[in-house]
Amino acid sequence: MRQTFVDTATRLLADDPRTAVVLADISTDAFGPAATRHPHRVINVGIREQLMLGVAGGLALTGLRPIVHSYATFLVDRTYEQIKLDLDHQGVGAILVSVGGSYDGAPMGRTHMSPGDVTLLDTMAGWTVHVPGHPAEIPPLLRAAASQDGNVYMRLSTLVNDRPRVGALHAARTGRDALVVAVGPLLDPVLRATEGLDVTVAYTNTPRPFAAAALRALLPVDRPAVVLVEPYLAGTSSRLVADALTDVPHRLLALGVGRADLHRYGSPKDHARWHGLDAAGLRRSITGFMH
Amino acid sequence: MTDLMPLLRRLTGDEKHAPSSFSTLDVLWVLYDRILDVSPQRVRDPERDRFLLSKGHGPAAFYAVLAAKGFIPDAWLDDLAGPDSPLGHHPDRLLVPGVEIGSGSLGHGLGLAVGTALGLRAQGLTRPRVFVLLGDAELDEGSNHEAIAYAGATGLSTLTAVVVDNRSATHGWPGGIASRFTVNDWTASTVDGRDRDAIEKAVRENQPGRPHAVVAVVEPKGT
Repeated sequence: MRQTFVDTATRLLADDPRTAVVLADISTDAFGPAATRHPHRVINVGIREQLMLGVAGGLALTGLRPIVHSYATFLVDRTYEQIKLDLDHQGVGAILVSVGGSYDGAPMGRTHMSPGDVTLLDTMAGWTVHVPGHPAEIPPLLRAAASQDGNVYMRLSTLVNDRPRVGALHAARTGRDALVVAVGPLLDPVLRATEGLDVTVAYTNTPRPFAAAALRALLPVDRPAVVLVEPYLAGTSSRLVADALTDVPHRLLALGVGRADLHRYGSPKDHARWHGLDAAGLRRSITGFMH
Repeated sequence: MTDLMPLLRRLTGDEKHAPSSFSTLDVLWVLYDRILDVSPQRVRDPERDRFLLSKGHGPAAFYAVLAAKGFIPDAWLDDLAGPDSPLGHHPDRLLVPGVEIGSGSLGHGLGLAVGTALGLRAQGLTRPRVFVLLGDAELDEGSNHEAIAYAGATGLSTLTAVVVDNRSATHGWPGGIASRFTVNDWTASTVDGRDRDAIEKAVRENQPGRPHAVVAVVEPKGT
């Protein structure tokens, strides 16, 4: 996904003089050719993430459309106040593009993990959040983000579904006993986990703004049960499901990454298993919820 | 300066405050009266100079200067931080014409100023200068030092930082404030922050290829 992002951003730099890329020593080699062609619009501030966001705010104040990129924990967790004040409070926008969300950087340990990035952005109003499940979903999302002025977060993963899917919340499979909402690269594990179960599986790569109307339309009338499966902190979207269903008695199971620091390395697949987000763990949780 | 005191009294509701109570007053007046290429009619002109008040705490002098220069109506000064007032104890750019950034939390203005200078350069707008006003205690925030190091290393010559030094940093700046900039390849001048001619001269001493800092020394806070 990272290379697709770099290629798309490089084309945007050539096509749209309003765009600029701001880096803090991450992915600088990949952006090397773009930096040579656009030396004033590919800006690497060094290992200075507070400045990376401050620069993005300043660029946006002059009318540019900054694309800011780093590991999620450095891009969002470390610079939360810069995001809140240098972008949101100033009334300007940027496109933040992360890698290494949740446990994608598992071998590097907790210091390189960010399960709470979407939760942090949820403290502010009006953000668009994209969690692509396949590299081919990235170009149209990034181009659309560049053509507007709001704040957009794109969370790239090393985990990928077997094929791209388009659109906001829509059914990948239909059933009668529950609605399972899978975000981004968790669709394939969810599809494997629910084989043989009579449930609707819906996919979205755009959890914000939350597709409340689509959720209501997809909810089985007789069995209003929702399972959220999110690749970031468990429960991140629970309040939005509750808001969407204030007039509908319903049950909700919110699956995602746990809050505890496991103090373990291993691979992303290991962490998926430990957080119950592999197909076997998901099946266990979903069947338990349905019975 | 005498015409600013009635405006300041409207903000503070206080007859006793002397001009020395407002550490940024002379620096702000010099910038708006003699340096900045801005006007109330050009607050959205891409070619205008930018002034970013990073030290957003205690903005009475800033508001008084904006009123004196016609950016805001004098009447706004009578309801500081009221429920419907556009003027609060920290300024909000979305509420006040001519205010380039909302500030208050220390350590945000210099990074925004670096980005503003880079954004102007990327659009071929090479004439406008970008000024940012900081306090000596504000320099405690590490974010400033990210911006100082980067702006110096890349020779961001349209950027000028003015540090009003009222000795309010808890642990002080042994070796002086200007040295924090010059060691990072900025030019820097230290002047009497009450001497308007000296402030003007120092602000105009910027050199090609290097960002510029002016340390304006005023009375220690609380004296």
